[in-house]
Amino acid sequence: MSVSTKILEEVVIKFAGDSGDGMQLTGSQFTNNTALIGNDLSTFPDFPAEIRAPQGTVPGVSGYQLHFSSKRIFTPGDNCDVLVAMNAAALKVNLKSLKQGGIIIANIEGFDSKNLRLANYPEGVNPLEDGSLNGYELYKVDVTKMTREALKEIQMGVKEKDRAKNMFVLGFVYWLYNRDLNSTIAFLNDKFGKKKDILDSNLKALQAGYNYGDTVEAFTARYIVEKAKLPAGSYRSITGNVACTYGLIAAAQKSGLPLFLGSYPITPASDILHELARYKNFGIRTFQAEDEIAAITSAIGASYGGSLGVTTTSGPGMALKAEAMGLAVMLEIPLIIINIQRGGPSTGLPTKTEQSDLLQAYYGRNGECPMPIISASMPSDCFDAVYEAARISVQHMTPVIFLSDGYIANGAEPWRYPQEADLAPIEVSFQAARAETDPKFMPYKRDEKLARPWAIPGTAGLEHRIGGLEKEDITGNISYEAENHEHMVKTRQAKVDMIANYIPLQTLDSGPDSGDILVLGWGSTYGAIKSAVLDLQAQGKSVAHAHLRYLRPFPRNLGEMLAKYKKVLIPEINNGQLVKIIRDQFMIDAIPYNKIKGVPITRTELVNVISELL
Amino acid sequence: MSDVATLEPNQAAPALTAKDFVTDQEVRWCPGCGDYSILKQVQTILPQTGIPRENIVIISGIGCSSRFPYYMNTFGMHSIHGRATAVASGLKASRPDLSVWVVTGDGDGLSIGGNHTIHLLRRNFDINILLFNNQIYGLTKGQYSPTSEEHKITKSTPMGSIDHPFNPMALAMGADATFLARSMDRDPKHLQAMLLRSNAHKGASFLEIYQNCNIFNDGAFEIYTEKSSKPEEVIFLEHGLPLIFGTNKDKGIKLDGYKPEIVNLADGHSASDLWIHDEKDFFKAQILSRMFDNPAIAGHFPRPFGVFYETERSTYEDQMKMQIDEALAKKGKGDLNALLQGKETWVIE
Ligand code: SF4
Repeated sequence: MSVSTKILEEVVIKFAGDSGDGMQLTGSQFTNNTALIGNDLSTFPDFPAEIRAPQGTVPGVSGYQLHFSSKRIFTPGDNCDVLVAMNAAALKVNLKSLKQGGIIIANIEGFDSKNLRLANYPEGVNPLEDGSLNGYELYKVDVTKMTREALKEIQMGVKEKDRAKNMFVLGFVYWLYNRDLNSTIAFLNDKFGKKKDILDSNLKALQAGYNYGDTVEAFTARYIVEKAKLPAGSYRSITGNVACTYGLIAAAQKSGLPLFLGSYPITPASDILHELARYKNFGIRTFQAEDEIAAITSAIGASYGGSLGVTTTSGPGMALKAEAMGLAVMLEIPLIIINIQRGGPSTGLPTKTEQSDLLQAYYGRNGECPMPIISASMPSDCFDAVYEAARISVQHMTPVIFLSDGYIANGAEPWRYPQEADLAPIEVSFQAARAETDPKFMPYKRDEKLARPWAIPGTAGLEHRIGGLEKEDITGNISYEAENHEHMVKTRQAKVDMIANYIPLQTLDSGPDSGDILVLGWGSTYGAIKSAVLDLQAQGKSVAHAHLRYLRPFPRNLGEMLAKYKKVLIPEINNGQLVKIIRDQFMIDAIPYNKIKGVPITRTELVNVISELL
Repeated sequence: MSDVATLEPNQAAPALTAKDFVTDQEVRWCPGCGDYSILKQVQTILPQTGIPRENIVIISGIGCSSRFPYYMNTFGMHSIHGRATAVASGLKASRPDLSVWVVTGDGDGLSIGGNHTIHLLRRNFDINILLFNNQIYGLTKGQYSPTSEEHKITKSTPMGSIDHPFNPMALAMGADATFLARSMDRDPKHLQAMLLRSNAHKGASFLEIYQNCNIFNDGAFEIYTEKSSKPEEVIFLEHGLPLIFGTNKDKGIKLDGYKPEIVNLADGHSASDLWIHDEKDFFKAQILSRMFDNPAIAGHFPRPFGVFYETERSTYEDQMKMQIDEALAKKGKGDLNALLQGKETWVIE
């Protein structure tokens, strides 16, 4: 039987298995390969809720969803075309998101009686055998047996050999999509170069998986997804957390400031600490502090000394840092606070995504304590957004909160990476030394942006004292004077508000500049909103989309823009936060759409929601 | 601007005096507070260190003692409760060229900020911690502190506190501090000597200073500071010298194995039998740190003052710098374009 080759426009594939099955690695390898052939892509790694859930059980399922296409795409896809299920639990969890008629590639051994029991299938029921999957194209593959067979020459334990199962699967999927194995071969050589047995077993399993596609006759078609027509340029694949890391490094380089990160490990922000720790040759100092509070206060210390101080965390850590953020507001020094949001409250859902810390970022401190807030909308956008956060922080002498979330932090997409020369310069200057005869140094004297001077220790003549007590205007001395306090509260607010004059006006992402509905989003809902709105526009609907990067202060023209639509819809992965702020600031009856399930909003559900409002 | 300037002492500048370290801010401690003396001694020794004023940073937390930076004409930060040590750690890590001092108290440094204190010590930043111990909460008007003696009656403990107090020296020892010393507000000479030693030590210095809070805990250390009792109750440690104390210098500490005992030199014990203080002896320093008896108990040990222990261990900031240098030597100066590009790219025409 001959194998035909079909050209597809787009595919959504999900690799799912036990958290020990290496699905994240498999998914990210396939992603890299997909990126290199020039498809547009978007990924959604879905980590198990519990790090050490029992093997084979539903809570232990780890998934990696990849959407790739020859046209522009903006989300990892609502439903899958292909599901790779390494065990029964993986099938159980993911079957609901597989399209009717979709392909299931099931690892037979993962459906033995033990695995079926662990996945809570009723006694005697095996979905691979009972016809319940008749609506799908089911391929049962004995991955374990064939992997062992392929590795029989290698001297290693069965357990070790079984670890290469995921490479067999990957090899097979490469075959299915007409890929070559080179990118993964290079990766494996790089990763296991020194451990020969492990390297050999992985390479052999990969090749065996590929050959399996070639030799068995079960598969009648192979698929090709052609290069996407992205804007011309050089691309790479990038995740949100890596883009954030690079944005920080770039900001440090372009401002000439040494970068200091104070951080305490927390999911899903730790990768930024790991990444930054690798680039000491950029002069970067990473400090794994004893707790969240020391993480931010050490960054404040570094910033006070003239570094670009950064701290990274997620929701619970933000709560712990609140008092220190207030100190940074009082000190009026630069500081970047990065919150990779996750499900809350308390420990909440550490591995699941949510946008529920916006109100915390706005209001979660004692006293009148305004801070600018910047958010990122896509994995690669983390680079530009954090770069902008750094610029605002050092030029306006203020701590800045940068909000990302677990979804874009771990998700990957193609990135048309910039050249150093393309990046806008970040001009910074420290207060110059002062001679005895010069006028007295005034640490709280402000410039036209209301920013005070950055006067770093080691500069002769600038000896001065700052702290968390209320400051007297201009001199910075302690002051409990009533008029002064009110003046300082208003000045700190005005300083933040004034940033609106130094940021771009809000633009529409798509759609008419007035009409029936404006969908207003922020953060990681970007892809879903964009896709849904484009769908509806194609149907001739009067729907526009604007996506906020600047959450505090808002762009100057936002109110004007909102007023031009009959309805404003605000979808969020929370219980309605931006919507409260928009209602408060602009007195409009904005309509919330909320989903709080630890997963992104899908395009399909948004199309429905918007359609109902039309 | 990528390298923050390392500023060497300006040789041409006229020598500073204590007056140069005084600010125009009115000192707001209660009259008679032990903090005044400590402030004066710090202002007195700083000119002797030869460090330019602009290179000195004093960081404090919250509490009476933490107002200290406002009265010092150096760089200073009055930070938030308990976090001075963490702020200082970040500053020193990024600016090893600065002389960084932390001024904290028993509440700030051992209660709310206890965690950061021990971590600073184990990491061994070259920072001088001055812990003003007055065994009470002064700023919040008189609650017991983690160093208050047991059964202390205060506003928050009307029936007496049931907390067992910290022994700050033993705690710092447990955190592997590389320099440990104790002094007192009422002995200016000794305090000056200890401040200079703390400053001279390369690594984290932990100097506990007994400080009288004459408003809420007056006389807490009287027994060690008053002329009448001091000779019997205080033993001054001096490297290489025997542990002798007493009004007539007639008592000493002898070690029986690892058990210290008080002996009377008049009873035929000679000075050469006594424990000879060795600042480098880790095990003996542990014993010294445990000579922490309640002076009300008969047969109690005198309280040691002076340098308990000093050792060398590389500092955090030096090692951090070494790793950066090593990375630079291995990989060369970071190239932003190469970083952004990464290893795997493709081109869309
Ligand atoms: S309350 Fe006590 S410690 Fe505080 S300033 Fe007054 S005397 Fe000094």
